[in-house]
Parts: sequence; structure tokens; C-alpha cells
Amino acid sequence: MESSEVFKLIESKYPDALKSIDLEGIEQSVTIDVNSIADVCNYLKTESELQFTSLMCLSGVDYEDKMEVVYHLHSLLHDHRVTLKVELSRDNPKLPSVSGVWKAANWHEREAYDMYGIVFDDHPDLRRILLPDDWEGFPLRKDYVVAEKYRGWTIRKIKEGFE
Amino acid sequence: MGIIENKFRDNVIITSADKFMNWARLSSLWPITFGIACCAIEMMATAASRYDQDRLGIIPRPSPRQADLMIVAGTVTFKMASRIKRLYEQMPEPKYVIAMGCCATSGGPYWQHGYHVMKGVDQVIPVDVYVPGCPPRPESLLEGFIKLQDKIRRESIATTQAA
Amino acid sequence: MPDLKTEEMVVQMGPQHPATHGVLRLEITTDGEIVRKINPHIGYLHRCFEKHCEELNYHQIIPFVDRCDYLAAMNNEHGYVMAVEKLLDIEIPERVEYIRVIMSELNRIASHLVALGTYGLDIGAITPFLFTFRDREKILDLFEMTSGARLLYNYIWIGGVAFDLPNGFVEKCFEFIDYFLPKLKEYDDLLSYNKIFIKRTAEVAIIPPAVAIEWGITGPNLRASGVDWDLRRDEPYSIYDKFEWDVIVADGRVGVLGDSWSRYYVRVLEMEQSASIVKQALEGLPSDENVKSAVPKKVRPKEGSVFFRSENPRGELGYYIISDGSDIPYRLKMRSPAFCNLSAISDVGEGLLISDLVSLLGSIDIVLGEIDR
Ligand code: SF4
Repeated sequence: MESSEVFKLIESKYPDALKSIDLEGIEQSVTIDVNSIADVCNYLKTESELQFTSLMCLSGVDYEDKMEVVYHLHSLLHDHRVTLKVELSRDNPKLPSVSGVWKAANWHEREAYDMYGIVFDDHPDLRRILLPDDWEGFPLRKDYVVAEKYRGWTIRKIKEGFE
Repeated sequence: MGIIENKFRDNVIITSADKFMNWARLSSLWPITFGIACCAIEMMATAASRYDQDRLGIIPRPSPRQADLMIVAGTVTFKMASRIKRLYEQMPEPKYVIAMGCCATSGGPYWQHGYHVMKGVDQVIPVDVYVPGCPPRPESLLEGFIKLQDKIRRESIATTQAA
Repeated sequence: MPDLKTEEMVVQMGPQHPATHGVLRLEITTDGEIVRKINPHIGYLHRCFEKHCEELNYHQIIPFVDRCDYLAAMNNEHGYVMAVEKLLDIEIPERVEYIRVIMSELNRIASHLVALGTYGLDIGAITPFLFTFRDREKILDLFEMTSGARLLYNYIWIGGVAFDLPNGFVEKCFEFIDYFLPKLKEYDDLLSYNKIFIKRTAEVAIIPPAVAIEWGITGPNLRASGVDWDLRRDEPYSIYDKFEWDVIVADGRVGVLGDSWSRYYVRVLEMEQSASIVKQALEGLPSDENVKSAVPKKVRPKEGSVFFRSENPRGELGYYIISDGSDIPYRLKMRSPAFCNLSAISDVGEGLLISDLVSLLGSIDIVLGEIDR
């Protein structure tokens, strides 16, 4: 099934959830409303025509004025794929977790939290995953400034005048 | 320092004892198997068939308690740094450290942008021999072993001026 | 006998543990010898790969891509450059495609050899390690001939490869294939059908197909569970559709489908297929084309994004690249196969014996560099 057909199905089932469809470029995607992302994902996974059984990737993106979470789904059975996006405000990035839909989302969401500070509601175990628990800041945010020291160790050893 | 160091003055007997003890120490360096990153694969290659570090009496041990050499083979991150320190402290005296690869020596490729990479393992533990390269070839690691053996050959248990 | 009071104990496994293949820490709650709960801690090798991608231009990222999965650097490069080429929309000379496939498949063999050898070590067999590394060195010699490096190559470039194949490579490679194929029998005798090895691995740590898909397990681990899926065949990229080869799916000939032994043996059989692909590619190698003719001077993709997956020795390696029109990616996310494969461990590992956990961990063949990035 083509991505555009999947988008139509979503539109007919959840008319309010669909915010915009992007059919330009290499990758076609659809933007879903924050609050209904878990429902839409559940529908995509369980509907017999679609059966997006695997979550290939879940990535956070920081666009200076907003945050985005991108879901790449794939169906092993029907061999089709789709890209979903969710837009979030930068001050309070918060959305429902899809770890109830695919277990694979568990670690991906923890990583997005670790790197961007995006909070996933109802996540069973939302902790930092890669960085130590006492790390400050979210390093992949565009405005992240590397601290001087961590537990007394120098982080950046850049010489004067060297760049 | 071990229990017999710095107990005696320099004399004829001590010189012979030195020779014997240094010979024993340098001929059976037992490194702790502690691969962190890419360099560890080259460390494994050094231990395997073609390069055969056994020729120098070097046999990897899985436990720090039985080891007298630590090869820091790979990138040291801040999350890892405290563990390295603890492992080093668990090793019995006399103990030596080889920093393998430019990551362990200085941060290597991650020097400039690696916010989570420690710029040189010598920030946490003292290093005896630095082996440069990314990754160092097994031959360079062997050269590092030989350099360390040279260093051990010059050691003495006699009281030094500084002590 | 009065009731014995038992209690659960938390045991730390790693980060320095010979069976964790690097710096993985598992916090296991045990009830005697039985693992009740696993809490994996990763990140001990987090080297800020994605941050580097936002600071360096498209060409400069290639060496860092190597360092993510250091056992399969060529495969990583191949996946990355294909993603960028898709973004740039450029055509690649045919000879380059052939060289890339030869390199990727050789690297797949090398990676599986390490997986086999170290798995043997985990289970307690030291000899196979020496045998597999002996053969791996021969592949590394071939790589060294072409790229100058043993482990991290920076060889596959956007639009081409760094150097053409050196004189005598093709003959040496044929020689290697002829040398290597009989060796597979040796591994079978040495390890695969060894009674002790079978006892340790067969019917241990079974991953049913549904669980595997749910957790996003891919690659040999998925095929060991009986799911017939290989990107090289099902979403053919590069020139994989030109060759004749089989996708290896486990059949549970020893033990059951999805156990540690199947995961191990899929790799053995896969090496045979890779060798056959290399052979076909060498035979069909087009002669004399400039391997750098399509290398762009400046990589400046249009605005947009691409998600591209390729088959790495450990599974599906995906790159999600967002370009803002400059020569530095705006965002690059790597979907690393071992990350997803490992995440299943807390589910699959429950209820196993501690020694079986080692058998499970070794059989999913993790590379921490890629998990932590
Ligand atoms: S020095 Fe190079 S090869 Fe060694 S750990 Fe660092 S990046 Fe890897």
C-alpha cells in the first residue's frame, strides 16, 4: 500500500487527529495531533489491512522553534511503510508513549528523553538511558552548551585560540 | 607500591634481587581483559593466532584481582571513568597501565565535540605507556608491551632519593 | 526440615565482564541461580555520534560511522553513503557498486567470524576463537590491501570509493574464498555440533517470532526465529538483486526454532552465502571505470529528509537524515540494530539460569559501540 493511501485511511478514521500531510520530497509523511498519536498507532498496528507490526525508528528532532518526534513504521506482512510526525512545543515537550503499542518503543523513547528532554506520558520506566543519571541538560538540543566540568573532570580541553 | 619497596638501601644483594624480581614481573604480565571500544578488537587480534602475545608471557585474565596490567583499550566516557578507577584500585601492586589508542590517550577523534568523552584516561589513573593509533595495529601494541617491559627492567626495590 | 528462608539478590554483571562483549552492565535480580529480572544499563560507551553529525560535514562523518559498529565498518559506511546518495539523487558507476558489495560481504564474514569466536569463548571453548581469528586476519589483509587500514577503513565514499582495487586483489580474493569455504566444515566439527556446545545452546533462551518482531529484533536474530526477512532480498538496494543466493532462515535442526543455537548457526550459514555473493561479484566485476567520477566536490543536499535501511551483520541499520540545505546534516539519527536487539533481553532473559543468560547474550551478538553510539 502506498503511503498516501495509508494517510487516507487515517484521515477517514481519525479526521480530527490529522494535522497536515506532506507528499513532497523523498519521504512522505503525515503530522498527527499530539494527543491522539497513541490511538492512531494502535489503529495502524491492529487494523488487518495495515498491520504495521514493527516500529523501525523513533527519533526526536529539535527545530529551534518546535520539537518533533518522528515515527517510522513498517509492516512485515504487507511490506509497506509510513512516516508519522508529531509536533510539540519546545517549552513543554510532552506526548503519550507508544511503548504500549510496540515494546521496541521503550528504549527509543528513553533515548529521546535522554537527548531532548521529551517526556513520554505512561512510559513504564522513563529514565536517562545513555548518559549518567546526574547529567545536566539535554545534549542534542540545539541550544545545549557543554558544561565546564562533570564531577570534577574537565569536559572540554580546548586550548586557547584553537578551534 | 608493594610491601617490599622502599625498605632497603641500595647494595649488592638488592641489585641481584632486583634483577630477579624484575625478570619475573616482566615475563608474566597478566592484563585484565577489559575491552571498551574498537581498540579492544585489535587487542583481541593481538591475543589471537597471528600475533600471539603469549610469546611475551602475556595472558589475559578475566578478574582484576589476578591482573597486574590494565590495557585501557578504547574510549573512556564519563560514565565509565569511575568504574575504571575502581577496577584499577582492585588490582594488586605492582600494577601498570597501558593506554591503547588515541581515545585513551587524549580523547582521539572525539576530542572536540565529544561532550561525554573523557579527554585522556590519565585524568583518572596513572598511565605507564601510551600507544598511539586509531586503532593501533597489533604490532604497535606489542611494541607497547616491550616498552613497558623495558620500564620494569629498570625498576628497583631500593630506597630512592625521592622516597 | 524447617522452611528455608530465601531471598532475592541483586547481582551486577559488568561493565567489566568477559561475557558482556564490552561495557554493558546488567543488573540482575536472582533467585538462587534463576534470573528473575534484568535491568540493562547501557551508555558506558556513549561517544556522542549524533552530536558529531551535527557539527561535521557529510564527508567527515564517514570515519565516525565506522567507529559506531567497529566490527562491520564497511557495512556501516555502505548504508550511510547510500542514504546520502538517495538524498543527493546521484548515479553511481557500476564498478563502484560491485566493489562496495564485495567489501560489505567480506566484512559481514569478518564480523560473523568474530561473533562465532567470541561466542565460543563465552561458552567456554577457547580454540574456535583462535581458528576464526586466523581466518579473519586473511580478510583484514584484503582490506588492508585496498584501504590501508585493518579495522576502520574510511573507504566507501559518497559517490564512489576512496581507491580502486589494487593489482592482484581479485586473484587474492578468489584464493581466499577457495580457502575459506572448506573451513566452514571445520567450524561445524569444532563447535557447531560439539556435544557440550549443543547442551549449552540448544533449546536455551528461545525468542518466538512474535516477540522478536514486537521488540524490533532484526537480522540473523530475526531469521533464527523463523521469520523470512532480509533487506538485501526484500528491499534490494545497491546491486544485490543481480546475484543468486539464499536467505538463511533457521529450521531448528538442533533444538528448536529461535534458540541460541539457531542464532549461532544462522551466522555460520550466512557466511557461506556471503562468500558466494563475493564470488559472483568478483566474476561480474566490470573493468576499468573511474571509481571517483561521481564523487561530488561539495555535498549539499536539498532540504528534506530520508530514512534508509540496509542489512548490517547484526540487523537493519537505518539512517534518518534531515538536511536543511547546508553541507552539514541538520539531524542524523542512527537506528542501530544491536540497540533494538538488546532491548529484548529484559523480556527474553527472565526465568533463565545465569549461565544461560550468558548464552543468550553471546548469541545476539551485540556491539556496544553501536548501541551507545
Ligand atoms: S582510538 Fe580509535 S579505534 Fe581506538 S577506541 Fe578510539 S576511536 Fe576506536
